[in-house]
Amino acid sequence: MISPTVFFVAIVSSMLINNIVLMRFLGVCPFLGVSKKTESALGMSAAVTFVMVMASIFTYLLYYYVLAPLEITYISTIAFILIIASLVQLVEMFIKKVSKKLYKSLGIYLPLIVTNCAILGIVEINIGEGYAAEYGVFPGLWVAVTAALGAALGFGLIMFSFSSIRERLDAAEVPAAWKGVPISLVVAGIMALAFLGLGGIV
Amino acid sequence: MAEKQKKNPMQKKKEKAGQLANFTKGIIKENPIFVFLLGMCPALAVTSTLETAFGMGLLVVFVLTGSNIVVSLIKNLVPEEIRIPAYIVVIATFVTIIGMLTEAYAHDLFLALGIFIPLIVVNCLIMGRATSYASKNNVLSSAIDGLGMATGFMLAMMLIGLSREILATGAIGLGVYLPLGFEMTLINTDWYLFNMDIFIGPAGGFIVIGIWLAIFAARGNYLKRKREEERKAWIEQKKKEAAERKRKKAMESAGERA
Repeated sequence: MISPTVFFVAIVSSMLINNIVLMRFLGVCPFLGVSKKTESALGMSAAVTFVMVMASIFTYLLYYYVLAPLEITYISTIAFILIIASLVQLVEMFIKKVSKKLYKSLGIYLPLIVTNCAILGIVEINIGEGYAAEYGVFPGLWVAVTAALGAALGFGLIMFSFSSIRERLDAAEVPAAWKGVPISLVVAGIMALAFLGLGGIV
Repeated sequence: MAEKQKKNPMQKKKEKAGQLANFTKGIIKENPIFVFLLGMCPALAVTSTLETAFGMGLLVVFVLTGSNIVVSLIKNLVPEEIRIPAYIVVIATFVTIIGMLTEAYAHDLFLALGIFIPLIVVNCLIMGRATSYASKNNVLSSAIDGLGMATGFMLAMMLIGLSREILATGAIGLGVYLPLGFEMTLINTDWYLFNMDIFIGPAGGFIVIGIWLAIFAARGNYLKRKREEERKAWIEQKKKEAAERKRKKAMESAGERA
């Protein structure tokens, strides 16, 4: 039995302290590309959360129950990216069938997720952290999923706050050369500084 | 087709110039990082020193050139529906190869780059070139395009790495991560009184890239304004000339009448 504090630590550390965008630099492309409007930022975050949790379950099981016993872990990157690509395809088909409305709001972001480094990054980090060695192979899965959920929530938090800042930034008077991406990157840098202050909590 | 082109020397020359342009376009005009904002994740994450940035750039050169060649070779064999998964597998294979080679021959670099080696698979630049260029062009142009784009990526990474390392430590270390066989520090740093550690950290990456993008945007704005002024001056001159001609003509006709 894993104590609840393990889950709490996993979720806080992957959401705030090792924030996926600002500290680990994963998923910077959607962070810069899709964060112009709050609405699309939230849609993207929801799609990422869903795919990230699903992908970490499947890849974890694949790694420890198929690749590791067969001693072919060196092809893990190829296997993981295939799993993510087919998962995204499945999710897209499923959502299309179940809810037209949800498909309309999430559908456009789903193809983008395949090449979103946040998903593959979190999956690789989950394996690299060695939860299986620490808590046992199957209980480790729950810690890995919790960490993935925390990372996805952290992504959503940053996407939401950054898109809100950017909407204000559009109305602000910015020197011509800094307009658009440059000032956004500096804003992101200042946000990263703020998140640096959270280090050492856990 | 190729034989026909061989017979015509002019055409061959033209094609050669075309290939050179194909190579150089990725370096400035279509620079992946500074113009298209592709591959931002490694550009932020592994550019805290010049050497790691250079190492990452080298890996991308290898992967992008290799994947472009293979993709353009198999472009007619792959059905349209499974194009993207097929290309991803090609790219992932190259990334696995390069990851193993780095682990064996440049272990320090392997440790420094860490998770960002497998993440080359999802670098938007590589997938983008595979779908938008290599799947439509022949092997040679695809290889050159890949080489040029990846060189542009590498140079941009090195520019970011150089500025971050100098701002943070005031020096450039060589041979720390790459197996060069020697270790040295470029640039004497006695004059450098403050070490701005912020530039090694995550915040520094965002800020340095933001500053470089602003510099390039300022240069672009300046060139645009200059061109605009030149054009305005040219129009003004033409207008003046036309007015002059009109006046002359009027004078002449007036003289005739008189």
